[in-house]
Amino acid sequence: MPDYDVVVIGAGPAGLAAAVRAAESGVRTAMVDDNPHPGGQIWRAAAGKAPAEAARWIQSAEKHQVEWIAGARVFAAPAANRIAVEKFDGEMELGYRSLILATGARERFLPFPGWTLPNVMGAGGLQALAKSGLPVAGKKIVIAGSGPLLLAVAKYMKEHGADVRLIAEQAKTSALLAFGLRLAAHPGKLTQAVGLRAALLGISYLTSCWPVEAGGANQLESVTLRRGGKTWTERCDYLACGFGLVPNAELAALLGCRMAASGVAVDEQQQTSIQGVYSAGEATGIGGLELALVEGEIAGFAAAGEPARARALFAARDRYRRFAAALERAFAPREELKALPREETMICRCEDVTLARVRHCAGWREAKLHTRCGMGPCQGRVCGGAVEFLFGWKAESVRPPVFPARIESLTRTGP
Amino acid sequence: MIDTVHLSVNGIPIAVPHGAMVSTAVALAGVTRFRRSVTGEPRAPLCGMGTCFECRVSINGREHCRSCQVPCENGMEVETDA
Repeated sequence: MPDYDVVVIGAGPAGLAAAVRAAESGVRTAMVDDNPHPGGQIWRAAAGKAPAEAARWIQSAEKHQVEWIAGARVFAAPAANRIAVEKFDGEMELGYRSLILATGARERFLPFPGWTLPNVMGAGGLQALAKSGLPVAGKKIVIAGSGPLLLAVAKYMKEHGADVRLIAEQAKTSALLAFGLRLAAHPGKLTQAVGLRAALLGISYLTSCWPVEAGGANQLESVTLRRGGKTWTERCDYLACGFGLVPNAELAALLGCRMAASGVAVDEQQQTSIQGVYSAGEATGIGGLELALVEGEIAGFAAAGEPARARALFAARDRYRRFAAALERAFAPREELKALPREETMICRCEDVTLARVRHCAGWREAKLHTRCGMGPCQGRVCGGAVEFLFGWKAESVRPPVFPARIESLTRTGP
Repeated sequence: MIDTVHLSVNGIPIAVPHGAMVSTAVALAGVTRFRRSVTGEPRAPLCGMGTCFECRVSINGREHCRSCQVPCENGMEVETDA
């Protein structure tokens, strides 16, 4: 007999919605997350306090007796319907009847000279660190890369007393205007976007602009930006730079789930190519908060054996998927960014593999075997998105452990 | 104070608000190099969410802990690759 009817991996919006809908349908549900608090990256608690919308889902999960397994990362699937998770103080196995993968997304990092310097971070990365207590008041911050996240991060930094010098958005104004027209079909989103922009009064938002080099001796001191024919240097304490998001699909790949171009492939009930394994949210394709919530609800109902209740949400999901497609078109990284890394620029930060060493490889496999690119502790989670953009290489296979695990965890867990 | 956690970073006593991650304590200790890369470059947090492994430090003698994912606790001893 399994430990749980439904195990949800990930406690962001999709995972919370899935766990709540499964549990309220009357099945035993557990929710596992690597982080100490539920909410995921978008609802990351600041000073221990989750945003109001997150708090409602978290309270609902508690009310319906979802078992919360915090600070636990899944590193292997040792047998059918079993996963192995490692915690700070040991490891455990969980048995399930249905599994819901709501593993979210990570930022896409593109290499440029100086991007490995301390205090060059992801845009979401700096926000996450600020929310976990890093003081940003009075710090000079340049925000760069692409996507709506840059605006949200700028707003957060400004509200916390940072001196946000500018936002460098690589997308063209024309692409954003086309996107803005589509927003009209999504009044909620439009208000959100306008609200953010209004709060940003006083911060310049430069489109068709991107960083070409981060400078500094042992840590970041300045960033050089380019816009059209103009290149200039801004002094700053932090560069928060992310070029959109990429799905966290490693666990689904480990389980053998089929992949689509956008992420984990799912059917209309959010079920993957493996019976009883579902996926929802950013792992299935970048789509934002509302889509993650509705996909999570559908997956939760479906996994709990309530397909009709899942079906009632399909129309809402279709609407948000159209929005996601427009978003992806508007903020797609432009070709010029492929020319940013120099021969000596690190592509793989774990193994310190430079562009010069990987650029002539035929693909991921050759790069891994010959240079160790993507073979370090992050297992290609950072450079994978970069080499996919730079060279078109797709990850071929995933082997356990999907996260570095302690020897004792590996030996106590069967193959 | 009940809302403050006391720990040490490279032997330096640091007080952080309850709920702060170890990465915050390291930054507050004035350390910018969390680890040295395989070729000796200084490195510090990149992703802030546990995927990049650039923020690895030693916590209570256990090496390679991701400092951005571990909440500070009283009496913790944190060592960076200084």
